[in-house]
Amino acid sequence: MLAAFPHAMPLEGLIGGLMIGVAAAVMLLGLGRIAGVSGLAARATGIADSGAPRSIAIAFVIGLPLGAFIISWITGGIETRFPPSVLPLVIGGLLVGYGTRLGSGCTSGHGVCGMSRLSPRSLIATAIFIASGFVTVALMRAGGLL
Amino acid sequence: MKQVLVALFAGTLFGAGLAYSGMADPARVQGFLDLLGHWDPTLAFVMGGAIIPMAIAWIIQRRLEKPFADAHFSLPGTTLIDRKLTAGAVLFGVGWGVSGLCPGPGLADLAINPLPALAFVVALLAGMIVHRVTS
Repeated sequence: MLAAFPHAMPLEGLIGGLMIGVAAAVMLLGLGRIAGVSGLAARATGIADSGAPRSIAIAFVIGLPLGAFIISWITGGIETRFPPSVLPLVIGGLLVGYGTRLGSGCTSGHGVCGMSRLSPRSLIATAIFIASGFVTVALMRAGGLL
Repeated sequence: MKQVLVALFAGTLFGAGLAYSGMADPARVQGFLDLLGHWDPTLAFVMGGAIIPMAIAWIIQRRLEKPFADAHFSLPGTTLIDRKLTAGAVLFGVGWGVSGLCPGPGLADLAINPLPALAFVVALLAGMIVHRVTS
């Protein structure tokens, strides 16, 4: 089925996705909170005044690189192909930071936690940011930036 | 203390899932958004895999009076679909497409590829600060 997409990693994607979903379920059923990374990062850094207690937000945010490090160590290294220049990272970071605060969430909060709750807000936000990403990358390709 | 350990466990499992699924790789995420190029459907499998346990968790949540390790549920109750939500999602999508990164992978990659990940994370926090001071 996926022969047309030789670079795809459907099995790793599904297993890694299940890990992400169980992690979000632990936050929901354990602490009664949404595992929304943008909100927790804003809270951990003190940029947001309300939300999860800072100790919880900081612990979750520290766990993200820790978990990635553990997988990289076990598997002998993971691939991270970053854009070749710093400009897309800075422009992308600024827009992701501003946009996720304005729109109250990102791929984890709206995409995973909200969509699984069938929240209309999250379904609409997710549809919009995926469509916006499609258009952006198509324009980059048309402009010879990819 | 118990809550902090639960959050650390959840964050670690979340970061491990991002790394294992290939979502810590900006080029793979950008590949999912690249419909006109060599489209990479991996992200759809990650999203599907993540939604299954969370959908079950929401069913369990409705039967609980309080979470297992905290006093009460603190969940967003907003149902408002306004310009902030839609404009924020548009801007986020542009930044996601430009960089191939969203907040989770950006933070996770601090342990894998620290310099470019740090450039993204610093800009991410700067964007959040801009939102805070202008709203």
